[in-house]
Parts: sequence; C-alpha cells; structure tokens
Amino acid sequence: MSEIPGDLKFRKSHEWARVEDADQVRIGISDHAQAQLGDLVYVELPNVGDRIEAGNACAVVESVKAASDVYAPVSGEVVAVNEALADKPETINEDAYGDGWLFVVKPDAEAKDELEELLDPDAYAELIENEEH
Amino acid sequence: MTKQTILNTTHRAAGAKMVDFGGWDMPLHYGSQLEEHHAVRRDAGMFDVSHMTVVDLHGAHTREFLRHLLANSVDKLKAPGKALYSCMLNERGGVIDDLIVYFLGEDFFRVVVNAATRDKDLAWIRKQAPAFDVSVTERAELAMIAVQGPNARTKALGLLHADDRGRIEKLGKFVAGEARGPGDMPLFVARTGYTGEDGFEIIVPETDAVALWNALAAAGVAPAGLGARDTLRLEAGMNLYGQDMDEDITPWEAGLAWTVSLDAGRDFVGRSALEKQKEGGVPRELVGLVLEDKGVLRHGQRVLAVVGEGEILSGIFSPTLGKSIAFARVPAGARDNLRVDIRGRELPLRVVKYPFVRDGKPVS
Repeated sequence: MSEIPGDLKFRKSHEWARVEDADQVRIGISDHAQAQLGDLVYVELPNVGDRIEAGNACAVVESVKAASDVYAPVSGEVVAVNEALADKPETINEDAYGDGWLFVVKPDAEAKDELEELLDPDAYAELIENEEH
Repeated sequence: MTKQTILNTTHRAAGAKMVDFGGWDMPLHYGSQLEEHHAVRRDAGMFDVSHMTVVDLHGAHTREFLRHLLANSVDKLKAPGKALYSCMLNERGGVIDDLIVYFLGEDFFRVVVNAATRDKDLAWIRKQAPAFDVSVTERAELAMIAVQGPNARTKALGLLHADDRGRIEKLGKFVAGEARGPGDMPLFVARTGYTGEDGFEIIVPETDAVALWNALAAAGVAPAGLGARDTLRLEAGMNLYGQDMDEDITPWEAGLAWTVSLDAGRDFVGRSALEKQKEGGVPRELVGLVLEDKGVLRHGQRVLAVVGEGEILSGIFSPTLGKSIAFARVPAGARDNLRVDIRGRELPLRVVKYPFVRDGKPVS
C-alpha cells in the first residue's frame, strides 16, 4: 500500500479530492479502492461542462471483478477529464493519486463546507485499517 | 470455517488476495489477474486446484456403473490412461456436476469432480455404486496443480525423472500417466486443463505438493489465481458449473450436447428426460456473445431478444480480445438483435461461435 499524500481529502466511499487552487479540485479513487477492485478495464467519466453534486454518482470504474460507482466529493462543474484513461485504465492501478486522476471540478461556493466534511489522510488510513480487520 | 488446501500458506506468503470459493479459501490473484492471464496464454502458469475432489472407483463392474452414471459414454475409453469429460445427470436430465473420468484399468476408474459440489456428488455416486458392487474412495490426501500454457509441458517435463520424461512427453491430449517428480515423488500427470492451452493437470500427494509447486515456480511457471482461471476458461469456451448449468438445466440447454452420447442400448440416468426434451423441442439455448461497446458483461444481466429475454451466465472482460465476452441462455433460436441491459443502457450483442480464443489467438 502506497503512502497517502498529505494534501488529499477522502470520502468514506474511497474517492479523493485535492484542492489545487480556488477554481480547481482534482478527483480520483484511492489506492485502497483500486487494490480492492483489481485490474481496471474501463472508466466512464462525466463530460466537461457537466454539473455534479456532492454525494451523487458521477463516474463508473469497472475492473475485472466489478463495476463500481464513483461519488462526487464536492459539487461543481467538470472542467477537465482524464482522457488518457480511455486507453490505459490500468493507470489508476499504477498511480491512483497521480496520473490515475479521474476529473477536475470547478467547485461551487458551498464546496468549502463539503470539503470540511471529508476525511483527512490519517482518518482515512484509520478507516481502511478497520475495514481490513 | 473455510477449508484450506495444503498450499494455503504458500499462496499467502506470495501475497495472494484470498477469497472464499465454494467453501475453500483460495487465491483470487497474486497481484494482477490480467498479468496472470497473459502469462498462461503466452508462457506458462500454474493453478492450485487441490480443492477439487478426486474419487477412485474400484470393482469388476466399474465400467458398467459409469455407463449408468454418466451422460457421455465411457465405452469411448479404450486405452488405459484415457480421459473423458462428462456430465452426471439427475433423473430430470439436470446437471448434478460436470467431471473428468480417467480409465486406469477395467476394475479402476478415477473421477475428478468440482469442489463446491463435493458432498452431493459423493452422496449421489455412493447411492448408486452398491448395485454395481463398486467401491467409492475419496482421495482427500491428494493435491492437484494445473500447469498451463504454450511452454507449460516443457517446463513441467524438466522436473520429471529422466526415465519417465519421454513417455509423459508423448502423452496424447486427454491422456494421463504416472511419473516420478522431484525427489521421486509419485505423480499422476494428465494432459488436460481448463484454459484452452496445452499443459498438464498433476495429481500429487499432499505431502509433496508444496515441493512440486516450488519446483515449478523455480522452473519459471507463474502462479495464477481463480480470477485468471475464470477468464481463461471462458475465452476457451468452457462451462463453469453453477454458473452456466445446474440441476435444473439439461446439457441441451447448456451447450453441452457434444458431451451426451445417446448410444444404443445404454440406459444412463437422465436419458429418458433428455430424449423427451429433445422430441418436444429444447426451449432455451446457450450462446456465445461479444460486446463491441465499452462495458463488461456480467453474470445476471438481462439479455433482450426480439421475442422474450435471457440472461448472462458467465461474463468477463476478455484480456486476450480486449473486450467483453459472455455465455448467455436465451430462448431457442433467438440469435438476432440481442441486446444487453447494463445499468439501464441497452447495448447490442454479437452472437459468435466459441471458443472465443484458440491457441492463444482470437477466433471471433
């Protein structure tokens, strides 16, 4: 299991969010999630311009084992998606917190509160530790 | 309490992700299911299949017993060592299990049945054996390792006693022979498998299984888990018991007509039900499917036909084809315009002949 970068915030459903600046929050799934799913074979991403709501399903990651919904950690407008995943979904297995990002959101005003509710890396590490026992 | 094979510690030490499979704690993969799949298609991989059940049948009337018990005809087995794939049916023609039977002598046949069906299989076999004076012995002390892939035989042959190597190398497909392995361990080596690749299934005393596994690993055979086993067997067009057929499904409805022998004068269990269903028209059939769109066909998804509907039985992302393939059971004759419902979206399906992959190359 790789180290969890300190600048990430997590949903309990294993999505991460990284605030890069006031207009840009990058979203992905955790390294723990990719390990549980196994080799990824397809990713269904939202379109640029789509509005997403925190807590709603906004993408699907599909592995050799199962299809799994991705829930939005924050509300906002999708401003970029990781097109490279269409041909190389395994990038998520290899680098879940880096090149395996899913999409970037321009957050709404209320996103600040939504981000507050997410888990910090220590709390998330504790969550997955408990899941494994 | 889940059961463990003798190789359980070895799997865990190799970092395997373990899952419950039919009451057994088995390796799903050792890191990457896709890499294990490709290792078998391109080189050599090995599977711990010790959870499967080996049953030895002894007695002067064993062949007669198997003529009665199995839907395929053991009269096809003429030379000792020869193996046959068959279904074992109930009176309704439903499949109790699928198995491989080896002819080892007129008074000695060996069958290998599935793990999840062990209890009911043994009960069924034991119920009928006394009438033929056949003794039924489960060989729980035997482990089994499948070595599969284009280089599997060469790598396994290198571990055999020099005096046995030539004879085992010459074994035809679906034939087994005895040989000595590392340290002269006694092996039963069968040129069979469940991947569509050449290779061996090796039955070994439990006490020697770890040593054999390690010797194979040292010879360059990659450990592979149940995940890869499932994608390899479906690409090869092979059925999985419990998913593609069960006690309420006849071989006609499961794409297994080729395993049923309606030879004259042989009254096997389920025969009259099969004949009756054939006369009346078989209502459903098993078809092979390819999904050209993105997405993965999975067990239980609805298949929509022009008239009526069916369902996906086994469905996977095929690593060799780079797209999803499946078996589905659909109304008989409903091969045109099939669509699958994946999370509310209807995607078109293409019906293809299977195997989907032969000798490592895409067929469909």
